Amino acid sequence: MNVAIIMFFACALLAVAGAVLLILAREPIHSALALVLVMMALAVLYLLLGAPFIAAVQIIVYAGAIMVLFVFVIMLLNAGVEERTDFSKIAKFGGVPLGFLLLLEIAHWLYHSPVGTAIANGAGSSNEAADTAQLSEMLFRQYLFPFEATSILILIAILGALVLARKEQ
Amino acid sequence: MSAVPISYYLVLSAILFGLGVVAFVFKRNIITIFMSIELMLNAVNLAFVAFARAHGQLDGLVFVFFVIVVAAAEAAVGLAIVIMLAQNRQSLNVERINLLKL
Repeated sequence: MNVAIIMFFACALLAVAGAVLLILAREPIHSALALVLVMMALAVLYLLLGAPFIAAVQIIVYAGAIMVLFVFVIMLLNAGVEERTDFSKIAKFGGVPLGFLLLLEIAHWLYHSPVGTAIANGAGSSNEAADTAQLSEMLFRQYLFPFEATSILILIAILGALVLARKEQ
Repeated sequence: MSAVPISYYLVLSAILFGLGVVAFVFKRNIITIFMSIELMLNAVNLAFVAFARAHGQLDGLVFVFFVIVVAAAEAAVGLAIVIMLAQNRQSLNVERINLLKL
């Protein structure tokens, strides 16, 4: 057992536990905190995969900005305990086993796919800084147009959020 | 150095995506449903990074960057809609939000 494998399984366990907690929690604020746990675990996994820039963006933008927005809205609306509703019998007895079957199928297919046998050579390799530099070069050369398009997208999102959340005159 | 096979990351990504779908279907609070969408996007991001590492190309990382940007925009607009619905309907339960239902 080397350190990378142990780190991977620890973070994978944390991520899955956070996701299960998100489903089981009845208060939205608990779900939000569980999702922050998942994002932190994923950030460590990105570091293991040798993508430090993505790990930093994950923490700053996802766990920082987006989840703070969620928590802010939960507090603003004073969202309390979720109401329970009855599920249909078909959904309960047919849907859950079928969902697990689908999950198993995807996992099995991914595990035996050709790319599945590839070995990660990410963590600890000396070219991480070079990777980030190369990433920025790609972002501002090859993907310059999509990058500029996202700035317009964000501008439109700001306008949309303003128009929707504004009080009617 | 790192000897974790890519397939482990892909299986974890599939599990997280599945749990996101389950949360999306089972939860009744509209804010939690939004959070499960974010969980699914995170699972897809993990698959993108794993594939980028497997192929030794950085295009996947650029796509993760764009996914995060679009998720931020989506969360801003979506939560504005949630605030508006909560003001109009006094409820966050999705079963009460049936304005477009025939």
